[in-house]
Amino acid sequence: MNAAPAIAFRDVTKRYGGVAVVDGIGLEILAGSFVALVGTSGSGKSTLLKMVNRLIEADAGSVHVDGHDVLAGDAPTLRRSIGYVFQHVGLFPHLSVGDNIAIRARLGVAMPDVAGLLTQVGLDPAMASRSPRDLSGGQQQRVGVARALAGDAKILLMDEPFGALDPVTRDRIGRTVRDLHDRLGLTTIMVTHDMAEALLLADRVLAMAAGRIVADGTPVEMLRAKDGPAAALVAVPREQAARLQALAAS
Amino acid sequence: MIAAFGQVPGLAASHILLAAAALLLGLAISLPLGVAAMWRPLLRRVALGFAALVQTVPGLALLALFYPVLLGLSALLGVGIPALGFLPSLLALTLYALLPILRNVVAGLGAIDPAVIEAADGLGMTPAQRLRLVEVPLAAPVAMAGIRTAAVWTIGAATLSTTVGYPSLGNLIFSGLQTETTALVLTGCIASAVLALGADALLGLIETGVARRSRWRIVGPSALLLAVVAAAGVYSFWPSRPAVVIGAKNFSEQFILARVIGDRLEGAGFVVRYREGLGSAVALRALESGDVDVYVDYAGTIWTNAMQRTDTPPAPTMAAGIDAWLRGRQGARVIGPLGFENAYALAMKPRAGVETIADLAGIAPGLRLASDLEFLDRPEWRTIREAYGLRFADSRAYSPTFMYRALSGGQADVISAFSSDGRIAADGLRVLTDPRHAVPSYDALLLVGKARAGDARLRAALQPLIGAIPVAIMRQANYRVDRDADKETPAVAARWLADQLSRAGAQKPATK
Repeated sequence: MNAAPAIAFRDVTKRYGGVAVVDGIGLEILAGSFVALVGTSGSGKSTLLKMVNRLIEADAGSVHVDGHDVLAGDAPTLRRSIGYVFQHVGLFPHLSVGDNIAIRARLGVAMPDVAGLLTQVGLDPAMASRSPRDLSGGQQQRVGVARALAGDAKILLMDEPFGALDPVTRDRIGRTVRDLHDRLGLTTIMVTHDMAEALLLADRVLAMAAGRIVADGTPVEMLRAKDGPAAALVAVPREQAARLQALAAS
Repeated sequence: MIAAFGQVPGLAASHILLAAAALLLGLAISLPLGVAAMWRPLLRRVALGFAALVQTVPGLALLALFYPVLLGLSALLGVGIPALGFLPSLLALTLYALLPILRNVVAGLGAIDPAVIEAADGLGMTPAQRLRLVEVPLAAPVAMAGIRTAAVWTIGAATLSTTVGYPSLGNLIFSGLQTETTALVLTGCIASAVLALGADALLGLIETGVARRSRWRIVGPSALLLAVVAAAGVYSFWPSRPAVVIGAKNFSEQFILARVIGDRLEGAGFVVRYREGLGSAVALRALESGDVDVYVDYAGTIWTNAMQRTDTPPAPTMAAGIDAWLRGRQGARVIGPLGFENAYALAMKPRAGVETIADLAGIAPGLRLASDLEFLDRPEWRTIREAYGLRFADSRAYSPTFMYRALSGGQADVISAFSSDGRIAADGLRVLTDPRHAVPSYDALLLVGKARAGDARLRAALQPLIGAIPVAIMRQANYRVDRDADKETPAVAARWLADQLSRAGAQKPATK
């Protein structure tokens, strides 16, 4: 694993109407790591994520990708090399699945291997000719992941990617993404409000509250925390698991 | 009637060209405006508000409004912008086409799922790429529906362009309404409806093609539409022998005289075209601008309205004065008077002791006046009113046919009549005389535009009409078209009139 920081935040602040949604965050994310950003709604995790591909621009401080300030070049060029997946997927309804995945070829990026990408996200390559409307929610999000990675993106940003999916689909697609992350050597940041998902998929979990990072550690460190914000976040899935076990044993 | 159907292809062709040009210009304005308004709420409100405001202006008024605007612009810029004909029609129809297109473009763009926009941005599309690859294809079906509406509106409203001197299917409707020839009105309405429905059907096919992203469904109907417009262009602009354009204002006498003139010119080997249904002020300008070569106007109309004169000299002095005035402006000329007068007069059912307008003045406060649409705004009315101290209990404007009905039906007591109107004799009405000579002479004058003013062959062909039409003959010819039963078309009445003239000529050899 490459140990250079792929993404770095230097004292980044973003305010909306005087309220700091991201409040002076400094953070380095190593290349090849899978980072989960957790926190309650309004904690600033989505804002922090979107500053990496400039869907949101910082008011103060700077964000660096591979050592370059993201504000230095133009936004479209930056975004073409970064995969972006979000809860509402946003497949283009007027294009086939294959054309959705290949859309970056029309932005001047090399033509991707559509069949290969479909296979990698666990879909039948024959699906390329289908309309996105004919797909289930899980299949749509798999296409969304394939589209995000087309164009050889090495960074994958995911904003509540599985939020709209049922638990079974959610678990399967989570494993697929983790598998892709490992095989393609990606640097992945995933925003989620599901602590269990974060603990099971990520190498590193960052907990945010009121625009600041309040806990930062590996899943194991999170689970071992005795008190503090990390312990509070971990307590919910842990207690749920214990109750399920007790229920089964009774 | 056959002759009327023969006009349909030519009128339909120019109708199609106008509607197509207005729709294209409307698209050229409202498509980019709709896109620009997408992210600018203020621009969106202003543009939609303006387009909606335009829709509230009646079509006829909108067309009429462009006349002073273009005239003013022409004076301001010092270049000759045509204030009549194609340009004002195009501009008015373009404004009409804006709202449906603009509204649907804005609605189509606004209905796009925000997630799709976020995905497009996240993938690294520039705003232009997002517009081309995502927003335009997704908004196209809704925008097409707006374009369809605009096409139907434009084709329908194009009939109104007749009133500013641009030939369209409205020519049939307006001249049919004026002469109460239902078949003409229906022909015009049906032809324009067929065009509108045809365009709607073809654009509908393109719309489903856009929605289903089927290339041939878009290309096929588009090619057909283009072919129709191209055919209309070829039909309109195919070089033919230069025709003499005969103008006619919007009443029966004018339609009849236009045919009398046309028949004589055709007999002399000229190709003729008719521009009928022109407004009174429009006709003279059309002559001066060269859009019309020959038409009949009335001495008093030009004297008071165009020349702004208030004196009332004898008829020959007026004719000479008008000739000199016309020649000094754009080189148009008076060929000569036709021999009858069509004066603005007041008429009523005979009543003891009321022979003159002076007699009427005493009892007028208890009477109701029905006038034609122009009369109340004309200087003649002001002059008569002031000369005799006329005050009516009520005055209303009607189209001429309904004005006579108002009198016979008892809704009015006095009407503004034309002295050559056949219904005066037929209804047994009395024309009140003008002892104080408040109103000038209204001799019918044959006018010729600059381009044909020096054409000896044309003058020779029309010379037999000069001084040859007595008012009694003109009244009878008018009555043949205006009467309620057994109506004749202006063309048929024109042949009857020509027969009367040749008979009269045979009985007493020309002394002129």
